[in-house]
Amino acid sequence: MTTFLGMPARAPRGVGHLRGDEPFPVAAREALANAQLRRNLQHATTTIRGKSGRVIAELPDWQELRAAGSALKAYTMANLPLLLEQLEEKVTAAGGVVHWAADANEANRIVTDLVRQTGERRVIKVKSMATQEIGLNEALEAAGIAPVETDLAELIVQLGDDKPSHILVPAIHRNRSEIREIFLRAMPGVDPSLTDNPPELAGAARKYLRETFLSTRVAVSGANFAVAETGTLAVVESEGNGRMCLTLPETLITVMGIEKLVPAWSDLEVFLQLLPRASTGERMNPYTSMWHGVTPGDGPQSFHLVLLDNGRSAVLADEVGRQALHCIRCSACLNVCPVYERTGGHAYGSVYPGPIGAVLSPQLTGVADNASLPYASSLCGACFDACPVQIDIPSILVHLRNQAPHPRTEAAVMAAAAYMMDRPKLYASAQRAAKLARIAGRRGRGLPPPLNGWSASRDLPAPPKETFRDWWRGR
Amino acid sequence: MSSKDVILGRIRSALGPGLEAPAIPRNYRRDSDKPDLDLLVERLVDYKAVVHRVTGGGIPAAILEILGAGTVVVPPGLPTEWLPPEVEAVVDDGLEADRIGAADGVVTGAAVAIAETGTIVLDASPDQGRRIITLLPDLHICVLRPEQVVASVPEAVARLDPRRPLTWISGPSATSDIELNRVEGVHGPRNLHVILVAD
Repeated sequence: MTTFLGMPARAPRGVGHLRGDEPFPVAAREALANAQLRRNLQHATTTIRGKSGRVIAELPDWQELRAAGSALKAYTMANLPLLLEQLEEKVTAAGGVVHWAADANEANRIVTDLVRQTGERRVIKVKSMATQEIGLNEALEAAGIAPVETDLAELIVQLGDDKPSHILVPAIHRNRSEIREIFLRAMPGVDPSLTDNPPELAGAARKYLRETFLSTRVAVSGANFAVAETGTLAVVESEGNGRMCLTLPETLITVMGIEKLVPAWSDLEVFLQLLPRASTGERMNPYTSMWHGVTPGDGPQSFHLVLLDNGRSAVLADEVGRQALHCIRCSACLNVCPVYERTGGHAYGSVYPGPIGAVLSPQLTGVADNASLPYASSLCGACFDACPVQIDIPSILVHLRNQAPHPRTEAAVMAAAAYMMDRPKLYASAQRAAKLARIAGRRGRGLPPPLNGWSASRDLPAPPKETFRDWWRGR
Repeated sequence: MSSKDVILGRIRSALGPGLEAPAIPRNYRRDSDKPDLDLLVERLVDYKAVVHRVTGGGIPAAILEILGAGTVVVPPGLPTEWLPPEVEAVVDDGLEADRIGAADGVVTGAAVAIAETGTIVLDASPDQGRRIITLLPDLHICVLRPEQVVASVPEAVARLDPRRPLTWISGPSATSDIELNRVEGVHGPRNLHVILVAD
């Protein structure tokens, strides 16, 4: 029997995409050396910051909406067991089937079995962070089922045999001419005279996917919101691929993190104002689909909802860190982050990059498995200001840094410094020694091993010619 | 023990005995405002919808102007007097997808429109029909009456029924996936025309 009173259950290893192959500083070095990537990121994040700022300024009550959104999420977390059971009851009454998945492996097994039962060998997918998190595509492929990503950016990533680098725009690291090259190389039946004009690129995706939409009988989606009070689910999108997946197939399987709930139908009035303006910088995104179980004669006639834990309940156990679960996946914090803008999303090693990823991924996996991420920030606080539900990301980062082990040499040096500063005579002689070092060594060389790691990314200050104490005595 | 029990047990244990739920501050704008039709038009046009403002009898002429002679799919409850005689109407009585996709366009009513965001919402009522008919054709003509227009998102949410399939539409199909610029025309209808009927 599984016990749940002991250690919090984290997202399991060996499945899904929450852990990188290398620590952030190593992965970031590679990204920083890629000038094209940095240009693409800077262009895209500057564009979106401008757009978002303009439409947010149109609302006189933006701060009031943020406060309401934040309180609604805190209310949801405090009442989560009750609200989840209410959702299950309402979805079931509306003709849906609710499944509970304790972790990624169980969710993958549930979805794979459901697809198998339909006899289909292909599914169409709406962009979903939850299914990326659990590595659903790999699990389906292992079972001989082909998942087709239908979001334009996901398609660019899939055709380019690449990894997503942004929550909202997974191909943000690609510019138009790179996208054209990927399409020409990997899109079956593409017109060889395709240019890099964005409407033409979008048109190529439309043509390529239309037949797939019409002939695939199972769709897999995520969900932006689920209303506990009514059992209504919502997917927010732009292109219409979401509408296609939610309308055309016979079977719809939705995988949703347990934190995506909102208590009441009327609460959507807050989130449907916050999300598009913070996310794509639009007053409203082109399409939002809402559905209530199964509607006879309209849309999928078989609906399954998979509720996913995969470490979320462990995040909930941390009083400081639990607010990371308030995230509505708008990605505003990525777009304002000076670190993200320079390194891009791949360096974070998880499907959740940027500031929110730096606090969410380590908590889902346990800090030891993502120990470098809480340090992937300058703590400038721009993410906190940008967050539409007021998640205090800098405070969680500091909190998690206290849980992540510091390098042993750093800890030893800090302890030695503390000892010395407590003893004036020792301190004075250390200052004299530092002056000698000024004569002996050049500035900028850094510290000798084993301390060179510490000074690799920090400039050592040049010791002054005269210490304050010497100056005071000679006055 | 079922996974449901495991998850709920984990959550209860994580929350501890008495986590207090905060009060929700509702001091954002919720009151009904008189909707500004000019603002609606401005916001629709800003997101590349084409708007036609007509009087009650002007709907057929507007449709003819948009479509010319052609085939349109219509939901079973669409008022027949909206359609000009030059247009061939195919009533959706469970049409196959290829038939819907082959039409030159689709004509529907709407449930609600939001002036501040330039959004129209369909709720599958008889004059709006199944979700598929407004999805596959490349042209969507939506007829809007002034009493269906509200000022803000909270008013729209209050008017809508969460038990119906709802489609919120703000401009034609678009994407921001290429360099984060909005580009119109991906999978949904690439042309959205709104006929706004005057009182």
